[in-house]
Amino acid sequence: MMTRKKRRLYVVLLALLGLGTAAALTLSAFEENIVFFYSPSDLGARPPGDRSVRIGGLVAEGSITKQADGMTTVFQVTDMSATVPVRYTGILPDLFREGQGVVAEGRLGPDGVFVAREVLARHDENYMPPEVADALKRAGQFKPEVPGKPVYETSTTGDKVHATTTLKQ
Amino acid sequence: MIPEIGHYALVLALLMAVVQGTLPFVGASRGNVAWMEVARPAAYGQFLMIGLAFVALTWAFVVSDFSLQVVIQNSHSLKPMLYKVSGVWGNHEGSLVLWMVMLSGFGAAVAAFGRNIPPTLKARVLGVQGLVGVGFLLFMLLTSNPFVRVFPAPADGNDLNPLLQDPGLAFHPPFLYLGYVGFSVAFSFAAGALIEGRVDPAWGRWLRPWVLIAWASLTMGIAMGSWWAYYELGWGGWWFWDPVENASLMPWLAGTALLHSAIVVEKRDALKTWTILLAVLTFALSLMGTFLVRSGVLTSVHAFAVDPARGTAILILLLLAVGGSLLLYAMRAHTLKVGGVFAPVSREGALVLNNLLLSVSCAVVLIGTLMPLVLDAFGHKISVGAPYFNFITPFLAIPLILVMGVGPFLPWKRADLGAVLPRLGVAALLTVVAILWALWAHGVKPVMALVGAGLAAWAFCGAFAEIAERIKLFRIPLGDSLSRAASLPRGAWGTALAHAGLGIAVAGMVGTSFWLSEEIRVMKVGDQTPLAGYTFTLDKVEELRGPNYVTETGTFTIRDGDDLVATIDAEQRWYPVAKMKTTEAAIHTTFVSDLYAVLGDRTEDGTGWVVRLYHHPLVPWIWFGSIVMVLGGLLSLSDRRLRVGVPQKRAAPVRGPVAQAAE
Repeated sequence: MMTRKKRRLYVVLLALLGLGTAAALTLSAFEENIVFFYSPSDLGARPPGDRSVRIGGLVAEGSITKQADGMTTVFQVTDMSATVPVRYTGILPDLFREGQGVVAEGRLGPDGVFVAREVLARHDENYMPPEVADALKRAGQFKPEVPGKPVYETSTTGDKVHATTTLKQ
Repeated sequence: MIPEIGHYALVLALLMAVVQGTLPFVGASRGNVAWMEVARPAAYGQFLMIGLAFVALTWAFVVSDFSLQVVIQNSHSLKPMLYKVSGVWGNHEGSLVLWMVMLSGFGAAVAAFGRNIPPTLKARVLGVQGLVGVGFLLFMLLTSNPFVRVFPAPADGNDLNPLLQDPGLAFHPPFLYLGYVGFSVAFSFAAGALIEGRVDPAWGRWLRPWVLIAWASLTMGIAMGSWWAYYELGWGGWWFWDPVENASLMPWLAGTALLHSAIVVEKRDALKTWTILLAVLTFALSLMGTFLVRSGVLTSVHAFAVDPARGTAILILLLLAVGGSLLLYAMRAHTLKVGGVFAPVSREGALVLNNLLLSVSCAVVLIGTLMPLVLDAFGHKISVGAPYFNFITPFLAIPLILVMGVGPFLPWKRADLGAVLPRLGVAALLTVVAILWALWAHGVKPVMALVGAGLAAWAFCGAFAEIAERIKLFRIPLGDSLSRAASLPRGAWGTALAHAGLGIAVAGMVGTSFWLSEEIRVMKVGDQTPLAGYTFTLDKVEELRGPNYVTETGTFTIRDGDDLVATIDAEQRWYPVAKMKTTEAAIHTTFVSDLYAVLGDRTEDGTGWVVRLYHHPLVPWIWFGSIVMVLGGLLSLSDRRLRVGVPQKRAAPVRGPVAQAAE
């Protein structure tokens, strides 16, 4: 039978081994697999080279065009101070439309066209990805209002009546 | 009038929670039985009041009372009844009410079924449960009141987000919450034991049914969520390593570890402080999951529009709960007596290894999920996506599943690996067969697929090898084996089922991750596309009308050679009220694979459609395996051992809150 101290030593050693391995794994995974975020302005200022990156901004009005093959879409992503053309082959997410915030992951081609491997969808049209909001803010173009207003606005202060006041009436 | 009753009931519930969270503590420390006993009626009362509020809110949705702000924002008079009801928890305010129904329901269940728990411990457990309730009720009443009225009331509402109008998602949140909230009982037991300064095997036994309920519900909730993502989002993926998904995976990993370490406490009176810590952390991770989903601090494809003030409030709640309990842990953990000793190679040893691997996995997911936030503070915008997690998963999953096969064979205290391993011979043989099959069917690359197929077979066969061993299958007459099988404790069957279920799910994950065939192209009506030995034909595209949407429906026929396999309809829905488009994938399942078609946009010239076709081998097994795991959990829950000394049946706590939620 093992003594209590010896057992504790084993457990601690195992735990350290586990943690060490996990730390080593995590670090090496981070080394290769994190993806940096660029705004369209950043892409011009410090090109990412051959690395896979994420870009975000608004889909420029009137910029969406379909290529002849019917599956490839080219559109412009803008933070209102710089613009980058993006090419994507496949089915775009349901909420993709002009004037909406969008996040795309892929590589910047030598011709300056960003080839997207993935265009991110969101579930809610009133939601703007924080990166997009940030990119717009940095370019000084942030307007919290997003397109696609609901039929009935309750968020404007005038017609919002709290339960407490209703109770008093 | 009815919303006011609901609102009033919420306030009453808060008052009862305050009573439940204070008097029993005082009673327990002074030995005042009457004050301790207050916990029980307070827990019942709180549950009743919140149940009333929930019914009132459901009523408002069912009759489309558009004077309530949440009803306007999340409902529409034309919406089908199922989604009117599920709309109750399809939004922030309503989901909090559901959360509280479950929290107070668990409190009431502990009060009702925990007859054999010593009175002081029970009073303290209910007290902690009451305090958690106070936090959430305050949060609800101050920042997210579901009963806010709007005057004048509009004629109709904004509709529920169409993506949520789906049967899979209608019941996904209730299960997920039942899981999250179920761990609050483990948390309360841990905090109660720390205040008490005493943890013994009986404590482990009281804790286990609650952890089992929570674990089974969370497993179900996660599986439903991933199933929904698979067929509703139209990307054909079932797991995206999205922060919101990770938020539910982390408590699951920690909860699975807790489930196993509680066994060691119960059987061997060891790992006590660790189990307490796990119970605290599991609930903390559940709260963090809520925080991540509600606050919008992380970019997520699943994110919904959020209010930062609410995020801050949940963060404060999280800090209070975790900070308070960790402080308690730091002050009291050393007073707990150290229990039984064991050799590194033993059942306990295997369970320790299980706990280490699960905790490390949890940490890895946590780091990957929060790293973007941390680096953001230093001005770097990054995202950590699937590649990071896919890189690490094998390193943790392989040893975990290997140990899972061996663990149940090891005796307690000390084991002889040399004597145990030969008994796994048949399982090992079947594993090799599975690898050879994968090699024959899909070739040597990717190698990881072969490893995965082997692991799945190992988990599955190992689980049943253990049962076969215990009933001495083929070593004694079959009839004797069967009678041994019938008298095995249900817990043993539960373990085997849950482990086998994991094996089935792993097979599904491996199949669809490595052997998927995909085709994206433009198809005109009448066009044919070959895929994985099948032929997809686009027969027709029609415009149809649903109750609150219009669709463009593409009908595909799938043939295998000349044999008709199936005719399936893929839809593009347009919800005019919400101004949103959704994709309804068409799926034909054969149980060993799914044939999956998505109809995309019409091409510029108007003659063709972009379509996406998939052949997903083994994918249904992911969800089938999850269901088997849940059944394993429920079977364990029905084990006689967990009811000993408890006159009432244990199954009731599972039902109670769910039945409430479905009202």
